[in-house]
Amino acid sequence: MNPEQPLRRVGPLALATALVLLVGALLAGLLVGAVDLAPGRVLAELADRLPWVSVDSGLTEQETAIVWQLRLPRVILAGLVGATLAAAGAAYQGVFRNPLADPYLLGVAAGAGLGATVGIVSASAASPVVPAAAFAGAVVAAALAYALGGVAGGGRAGTTLILGGVAVAAFFTAVQTFVQQRHADTVREVYSWILGRLSTVGWTEVALLAPYAVVSVVVLLLHRRLLDVLAVGEEEAATLGVNAARVRLLVVAAATLGTAGAVAVGGLIGFVGLVVPHAVRLLTGTSYRVILPLSVLGGAAFLMLADLGARSILSPAELPIGVITAFVGGPFFAIVLRSSRQGWGP
Amino acid sequence: MNGIRGRGIKVAYDGLVAVAGVDLTVGAGEWVALVGPNGSGKTSLLRALAGAVAAEGEIEIGGHALASLSRRRAARLVALVPQHPVLPGGMTAAEYVLLGRIPHLGYWAAEGAADRRLALAALERLDAALLADRPLGALSGGERQRVVLARAVAQDAAVLLLDEPTASLDIGHQQQVLDLVEGLRRERSIAVLGALHDLTLAAQYADRLVLLDRGLVVAEGPAEMVLTPERLTLFSGARVALLRGPGGELVVSPRRDGTGREGEVLLHGGSRPEV
Repeated sequence: MNPEQPLRRVGPLALATALVLLVGALLAGLLVGAVDLAPGRVLAELADRLPWVSVDSGLTEQETAIVWQLRLPRVILAGLVGATLAAAGAAYQGVFRNPLADPYLLGVAAGAGLGATVGIVSASAASPVVPAAAFAGAVVAAALAYALGGVAGGGRAGTTLILGGVAVAAFFTAVQTFVQQRHADTVREVYSWILGRLSTVGWTEVALLAPYAVVSVVVLLLHRRLLDVLAVGEEEAATLGVNAARVRLLVVAAATLGTAGAVAVGGLIGFVGLVVPHAVRLLTGTSYRVILPLSVLGGAAFLMLADLGARSILSPAELPIGVITAFVGGPFFAIVLRSSRQGWGP
Repeated sequence: MNGIRGRGIKVAYDGLVAVAGVDLTVGAGEWVALVGPNGSGKTSLLRALAGAVAAEGEIEIGGHALASLSRRRAARLVALVPQHPVLPGGMTAAEYVLLGRIPHLGYWAAEGAADRRLALAALERLDAALLADRPLGALSGGERQRVVLARAVAQDAAVLLLDEPTASLDIGHQQQVLDLVEGLRRERSIAVLGALHDLTLAAQYADRLVLLDRGLVVAEGPAEMVLTPERLTLFSGARVALLRGPGGELVVSPRRDGTGREGEVLLHGGSRPEV
């Protein structure tokens, strides 16, 4: 027996499963779509792009464009958004030691909602101002919640930060509702944005989100060990040489940045940040060494599949992706809760 | 010097004084027991020495002023076993003990094979190797205490602070835990400072006792000198008898109401402890 067995980080089986799931979701996303393309030809087209491989896929130029300019960017965007939201959710759950924490905990959703509403009202739903305004709103809301949590005393302990988030979310939601009421004609657009939608114009959105997603996910992954330390509480973390407040600031900042980026390109996609880390936790254990990397892979795969559902269930019309994640996530979450033996108590 | 040296240590929470100016020295390889009634400042003093709360006064750990050390360097010199450690239910014992290696790693570094070996060796040293895979939520009180001690051992510090390590353990497990601490002290010549509410165990295991009351040291020295009839009344007017065990060791025995007056201390079983 390997004497280091109990301390293995990500098990090879779990890692392999997650990777197979991810690749499967990616291929499914490429093969299925409104236009019927022969799967064999799409695969050949993909293989053709591999180094040292040259295959004639037999796809027309237009069909090639569907694969490379429509489906692939869309699948990659779903993967980036899913990975970022799942990592941010796992990180928030660890940093606040709260199972209900999700990426929108610190008022990010309300901030982004206000930003997007203002953007849609003052420009149009298709304007590039909307994602920028949503991003700004999300970052401002989280920063306000963080500052408020510090003012409330307790040195930005988990609870005061969450309460700060509640106050900020309430205020921003109120302002958003006010703006929305004044411009009733845009309600439909705002609503569709809030439910989440992944739409791409070539690779623009992917290029927009990628820097935020990569930085956020890398910083969070680097903190996975320290998130385990936070599990023993502020004071014991201090006696282990860890400044809990600093870890919290860095993790919250990275998670917020990633979430704001994801929200800017995809709207408010719920449940990913909550369901994916919990499913991973249930299947593999409670160490963030394992939960974070697997949440990144699982989140990407989950959202790729959810997006596949969003664009094929009512094809050629599209369902908001948030409807799919909530429809699948809600019951799934109930099952996870029922079968979870280990409570979240101290 | 190795060990702990403190001068004029003061701890206050929002103006409420818990430790009111304590001088204290624990040498390398020495075991000192902190005794005193509830609320006398034992826990606060230990937290101050571990750098977990802000304190006034001078604290030196292993010859370095605590205030001048980074949190991480301090954690390499001093390990604290809290009275009520937070034990995340789903974390395995091995994962928990591995946390003891954190102070030895860079901010973003991962544990290496050597750290994992040390963590498992620490579990083994505390006869807890078989618990490695078990989630903390599934451990008994005695098992839990050994795993928490193992984390402190994995921390590999020359100073070990213990806050009531035997609380809520049965008498056999109390002795087991203290024997393990005694073994570690001798093997590694670490300085041990432990708050103990059981005066008999404190007298038997520690080289010296430090008696705290209302945040001040009232007496310090060998158990025989510190545990006098007058001083034992400090313990909320305890009714106790000071006895001698078969080996001549000091035994502090409680007496129930009606068998003696409040605050009365009886001496039985041979000679009165010599002062």
